[in-house]
This record gives sequence, structure tokens and C-alpha cells, in this order.
Amino acid sequence: MLTIDQATYDAIVAHAKRDHPDECCGIVAGPEGSDRPERFIEMINAAGSPTFYEFDSTELLALYKEMWANDEEPVIVYHSHTATEAYPSRTDIGLASEPNAHYVLVSTREHGNNEGPVEFRSYRIIDGEVTEEEVTVVAQLSNEES
Amino acid sequence: MAIEVRIPTILRTYTGGEKAVPAEGATLLALIDDLETRHTGIKGRLIEESGELRRFVNVYINDEDVRFIGGLEAALSDGDQVVVLPAVAGGAR
Repeated sequence: MLTIDQATYDAIVAHAKRDHPDECCGIVAGPEGSDRPERFIEMINAAGSPTFYEFDSTELLALYKEMWANDEEPVIVYHSHTATEAYPSRTDIGLASEPNAHYVLVSTREHGNNEGPVEFRSYRIIDGEVTEEEVTVVAQLSNEES
Repeated sequence: MAIEVRIPTILRTYTGGEKAVPAEGATLLALIDDLETRHTGIKGRLIEESGELRRFVNVYINDEDVRFIGGLEAALSDGDQVVVLPAVAGGAR
């Protein structure tokens, strides 16, 4: 299960709507091993494409060095699909390389840049196997370690 | 001569869980061949059968993406820091 706070959820949805019709992408980092998505980091889609996303390689290194310095890891890796459902494509599955992360997909196919609900779904992708999981949105993450 | 190689989570199955391992080599290719002698299988995750660095694997020497400094022929020297990071990529295509 993915537990995410409302502000982070809203930030991911806002990013997806803003970048539509291109795919958006980013990470929510958290303390290593905590499973707590605490620090929202919007990334630029270096592919600038409606059907593909990729972090810029220099920004990717800077991001990971920052996480290592903070003893963080990517708890959520998110991106949007802009014309198809919020389900991992074969490309997504083939390139998924963070076995500890929740892969969040948002689909903006229904309302694009406009107000309105989006599909927001989360998956584990390990060794090519996709497992969908429940998403629980809370007002704030609890202080307890989950 | 030792060069520290930072290993991403997904490849730590090859390094017994180690986040960083030492290796030697005057070029990136020699370094990867040296890694392979102790961490069998890791080379195939970094390099295509055709001999090219895999498209969705990033390797950095002292923070420089090796694609801009000679790829697998990039020169290494003692004390250099090598980082391996899989691309974060995907999409509906």
C-alpha cells in the first residue's frame, strides 16, 4: 500500500496537468527504509514528449547525490500518461529500476490541463512483474514510522 | 590503484548488497571487465552484446556523464569516482 499526504498528492496531479500533453515526471524522496514519501521533487522531462519521459542525466546524478547525502531514497517515482490509462506500459516495466519504489502513474487523458479528476494509481514493478497497490491519501503523514 | 564504483540498488544483487565496490582499470571498459571478475553478470547489465554501453544505463566519472568523455574508452586514474545509475525513464510509447 502507498500512503501519501494530500499536499504531495495534489502536487503530483498539478504537475501532470501543467505539463499535459507532454508526460511529466518526478520523485518523492524519503528516509532510506522508511517508506515515507516526504520530499517532493519535480523533474524536467528531458524527452519533452507526450509518449516518453526521461530524467536528464546530469540532473539525475545531482538528485541521487543529494539523496545519498541525506540518507534518502526514491520512495515514489511518478510520471503521467496523457492519452492512455494510468497503467505501466511495456516501456515502463522494462525500464523500472527502483525495486523499492512505488511507481505512481497519473493519467490526464480525460481533462488534460483543466480541472477535473485524474486517474492516480500506484504499482510495484519488480523483475518485470507489476503489482497494483492501494493508495491511501492522508491529511498528513503520521509521526510514527510506518 | 583503486577506483570506487557506486552501485545502484538494482545491481547490488551482484555485489552482495554493497553500495560501493573497488575496482581497477585504465579505461571504463577495463574497469567493467575487472568488476566482472568478482561480480559475475554485472557486465551484461552495463554493456550490450554489441559492445556499446546500454542506452538506459548512465555512468559518471567524477560527475561527468561518460557519453561526453569517450564512453567506454574514457580514461580513469587512481582515486577517480565512478557512479552507475540506471536512467529514470519510461512512458506510454
